[in-house]
Amino acid sequence: MDFTIKTMAEYAAEGKAPEVLFFVGCAGSFDDRAKKITKAFCKILHKVGVEFAVLGQEESCNGDPAKRAGNEFIFQMMALTNIEIMNAYEVKKIVTSCPHCFNIIKNEYPSLGGNYEVLHHTQFLRKLMEDGRLKIEGGSFKGKKITFHDPCYLGRANGEYEAPRMLLEKLDAELVEMKRCKSNGLCCGAGGAQMFKEPEKGDKDINVERTEEALSETPNIIATGCPFCNTMMTDGVKHFNKNDEVAVKDIVELLAEAEDL
Amino acid sequence: MQYIDNIIFFIALIAGFGFFFKSLKEIYRNIQLGKKIDRTDNPSVRWKTMAKVALGQSKMGKRPIAGFLHVIVYVGFVIINIELIEIIVDGIFGTHRFLAGIFGDTLYGVFTATLEILALLVIIAVVLFFIRRNFYGVKRLTMKELFGWPKQDANWILLIEFALMTAFFTMNSADWVLQQRGVLAEHGNFPVSSGLIAPLFGNFGDSTLVFLERGAWWFHFVGILFFMNYLYYSKHLHIILAFPNTWFANLQPKGKFNNLDSVTKEIKLMMDPNADPYAAAPEADPNAVPDKFGANDIFDLNQVQLLNAYSCTECGRCTSVCPANITGKKLSPRKIMMDTRDRIEEVAKNINKNGKFVDDGKKLLDDHIQREELWACTTCNACVEACPVLIDPLSIIFEMRRFLVMEQSSAPSELNVMMTNVENNAAPWAYNQADRLNWAKEN
Repeated sequence: MDFTIKTMAEYAAEGKAPEVLFFVGCAGSFDDRAKKITKAFCKILHKVGVEFAVLGQEESCNGDPAKRAGNEFIFQMMALTNIEIMNAYEVKKIVTSCPHCFNIIKNEYPSLGGNYEVLHHTQFLRKLMEDGRLKIEGGSFKGKKITFHDPCYLGRANGEYEAPRMLLEKLDAELVEMKRCKSNGLCCGAGGAQMFKEPEKGDKDINVERTEEALSETPNIIATGCPFCNTMMTDGVKHFNKNDEVAVKDIVELLAEAEDL
Repeated sequence: MQYIDNIIFFIALIAGFGFFFKSLKEIYRNIQLGKKIDRTDNPSVRWKTMAKVALGQSKMGKRPIAGFLHVIVYVGFVIINIELIEIIVDGIFGTHRFLAGIFGDTLYGVFTATLEILALLVIIAVVLFFIRRNFYGVKRLTMKELFGWPKQDANWILLIEFALMTAFFTMNSADWVLQQRGVLAEHGNFPVSSGLIAPLFGNFGDSTLVFLERGAWWFHFVGILFFMNYLYYSKHLHIILAFPNTWFANLQPKGKFNNLDSVTKEIKLMMDPNADPYAAAPEADPNAVPDKFGANDIFDLNQVQLLNAYSCTECGRCTSVCPANITGKKLSPRKIMMDTRDRIEEVAKNINKNGKFVDDGKKLLDDHIQREELWACTTCNACVEACPVLIDPLSIIFEMRRFLVMEQSSAPSELNVMMTNVENNAAPWAYNQADRLNWAKEN
């Protein structure tokens, strides 16, 4: 990165508070593919001039995979650790680039004492755009066909279908919808801790089924809004040997590309 | 002796409703077997949800063909049952077409004509449903979990509805012919009966027609009582329970799963630097049953989840959108609901026989629902979204996973690796927490 990413600790040392805490999440911190999404998002925030911080080494897993697997103990251990730290920094507003972080901090942290305004990165960017702070010129995507895969934990779980689509529309590309989209969207197969285990025996893998559906729209780009969906769809595209023709990209990566960041 | 009809009618009526309320009481008792849950917040939103989803059928339209036919049968069923009021009054007091006197001839004509048209639409819908279910090969209606009773049940219902409507038309047609002949006073307007069926009755004698009219009237009445009491054994219980079920539905975002308070206490104590690790445990109530984590039987599920099981129509809309099921895994959200109801019934029979529940060595987990089904779920909420009566199969799957992990430590080994990583490294992968910001220094 050609600018410094500041932590909450650094802000606190200066006696200041950032506009928003970017909760990076495990995938965004450690997974090579997801790190690109993290960086793209930071670049946009930096360009717009949003003062943001991360927790860095003080961040822990949000607890979602443990919770969905059924392990309430480990989930609450993570959640209460995060809450204690975020409350100590008096965090008010959080943005995440992972719908699982978004969902669990927004919905399951409050009853444990963590009350924040939580936004998914597509919601945050839409707000920036509506406030006139973020301007997108989508020229470079003209003539391209994009299809968007709804993440379950953003869509069905929290009813957000429009923010990602509004951002994609700014790219001047042709936006095509899959047959199963929005509230009928099909899972990528990674949720509910499935990301961390082999699927049960069946006829095919869920990500293959979903990618097949996406590819039937002959898109140039499959847009995602979740690092896990991104992995699953990328694997799916590879399964069909289409990785040279079809790119799987997070919305925020597309925006960064449009801005030539 | 002239009152014998009225007396028999009255006894049948009391018996029919009596058994019906006995069944309802039993269902209520069975639902009470579950854990209490407070779902009475925001009553105004709840009434609205019920009006929209149960009364207004708002989620049925998502599958237009089935939805349209369903609405016809539903509206027909509701309105034709106004006829039941007339049947009951006529039956008890020996009157004939009692409502005609109340409504006046014009309105009564409109009323009977409306009923006739609806009844015809119901017959058409029922026949189409029968063909669709048995010969058309809709995947969700031909899956193996529907073999046996669930399939017969569906066909019985269609047959009963068909028979009831046929009796209704026979009654009206005979009545109309008798009215034309001046045997009965002229009341009502019967566009379908007079046009389509009455010509077939033209050659019948008066006494035959009276017999037909009375026979069909009795059949219709007894049929309704039978239908009502059949509901207890049928998935058609949803025609009643859809209402409370939508009222008690979850109003929270679908992604919000409940947090266990007992765990919060433990962890807070664990994280509290001032807690004395050697302090004696507070005096425990010797009679307290230790909290069980999650669910392996119906007693651990909450009452709304048990109500959900009774409200399930086994339509399979949940299963047909389940990503695990679509890709050939064993999980079927519909089967989860059917298994739960089967287990409730099993327990109910046990209670009826023994006066209270006597351990039968069986559980919902393993004896009904297999672990393989539970582990295939991606928690995507598609099943919850799809249910026309707001059932939440995911919440049951989730509670059972909790039991597997926290009571039995029997998660798939890869998940145990993930959970150990989260516990030790604060990430599902074995990376060091100290490396969490390394990406910021990379290009």
